[in-house]
Amino acid sequence: MNVPANLKYTQSHEWTRLDADGLVTVGITDHAQEALGDMVFLELPQIGRKLQAGEECAVVESVKAASDVYAPISGEVVATNQEAVDTPEIINKDAYAAWLFKVKPDNAAEFSALMGADAYTAVADSD
Amino acid sequence: MGKQTPLYAAHVGLNAKIVDFAGWDMPLHYGSQIEEHHQVRRDAGMFDVSHMLAVDLEGGAVHTLLSRLIANNVDKLQTPGRALYSCMLNPQGGVIDDLIVYFFRPDFYRLVVNAGTADKDLAWITAQAEQTGNVTVKPRRDLAMIAVQGPTARSKVWQSLPGSETASSMLKPFNAAWFGDTLIARTGYTGEDGFELMVPVGKATITWVALQAAGVKPAGLGSRDTLRLEAGMNLYGQDMDDAVSPLEAGLAWTVDLVAPRDFIGKAALLAKPSQRQMLGLVLAERGVMRSHQKIVTPLGEGEITSGGFSPTMNQSIGFARLPNGVSVGDTIDVDIRGKSHKAKVVKPPFVRNGKILIA
Repeated sequence: MNVPANLKYTQSHEWTRLDADGLVTVGITDHAQEALGDMVFLELPQIGRKLQAGEECAVVESVKAASDVYAPISGEVVATNQEAVDTPEIINKDAYAAWLFKVKPDNAAEFSALMGADAYTAVADSD
Repeated sequence: MGKQTPLYAAHVGLNAKIVDFAGWDMPLHYGSQIEEHHQVRRDAGMFDVSHMLAVDLEGGAVHTLLSRLIANNVDKLQTPGRALYSCMLNPQGGVIDDLIVYFFRPDFYRLVVNAGTADKDLAWITAQAEQTGNVTVKPRRDLAMIAVQGPTARSKVWQSLPGSETASSMLKPFNAAWFGDTLIARTGYTGEDGFELMVPVGKATITWVALQAAGVKPAGLGSRDTLRLEAGMNLYGQDMDDAVSPLEAGLAWTVDLVAPRDFIGKAALLAKPSQRQMLGLVLAERGVMRSHQKIVTPLGEGEITSGGFSPTMNQSIGFARLPNGVSVGDTIDVDIRGKSHKAKVVKPPFVRNGKILIA
């Protein structure tokens, strides 16, 4: 299982990365894309939307099923990945390169509190 | 752990993602379901369909039995090897299963039935055969079935099984021929040309490996489902079942109500006019239709029976049970996860022989 050590994770299989500009980039994990199969459709949040941590904010849909994506942290959506919308299969190719959206965090401590790679590996293993 | 086909070890060796299907451990895909779909549309793929059950019917009264047992007219089968698609109905006119019947001799026919309904079918067929008398019902779990499908499928079968070309090059669609102990049938469930091979279990792996060596790529149940959906072919349990009439499942073309023959379910079909019809849908917007989603039309509600993403058309397609009066060309509303989306009503099939048929 591919779980990069430099990222943080959620129980609901999102990965997050704190970028140098202070934004948090969000995607779904390799484990999640593997379980869902070939991606065919994405619905991403509007830019400017204020997210509450834990709320449904996007949908990834594969040949098999639709799956909700939850906001890992609270904050404002400042960017979405149009390339992933146009070609959802890039998520299957590299789930950590194919980010979904970027959030300007309300509170940096929320990011720090997310799971590290070891904890997430245990979560994914127990699926 | 579920039941395993004779090719289970081959699937595991190919790193298949194994899922439960009707109690069987079957390959969903071997990496990418969409690539397997395209492989079948553009070249050749193979499916292990050994979970389906062949049932041989032998004896002097087989024709009499089949005249009652199936809704299509068995008299259409006049030449050895000829195949016919039909429903088997209950007395209420509901579909017990859909199947293919092959004719070999007046005292020898073969049915191929679905995996999920095999036990139920066998019990029903046996009961009807006992009533008819002079018919032996033989389930053939000693056979494996491999469906080789795609524009190059037949030539790759001939390449893999030396001598098979002579036996099968003249076969027209929906005909089968013997090649030693192997049955080669020009049938399938993808909308592409190809063969379905029925081989003794002991030859399953060697046949699979020979096909692979000829360039036929393994394909799983995932692509089998999107291929049959594009091809406008029903899936039992989803598009019809014991409570649904074939006339309300887009299968009127398989029901012969004209011949004087009295088949099981005929009286019920004649007594009860259809309230609903099955048609195709193409989603006009982005998103994916799924089975059981609700449809709203000015004439009443309907339901998606099969829905998904069409890799060939790169948009969502489906079948839906709709009120009578809804017509091809209409636009209707589909409720996808609480939001209304527009879809156009079309007549399946969507894709045949690699070509998109829906404008």
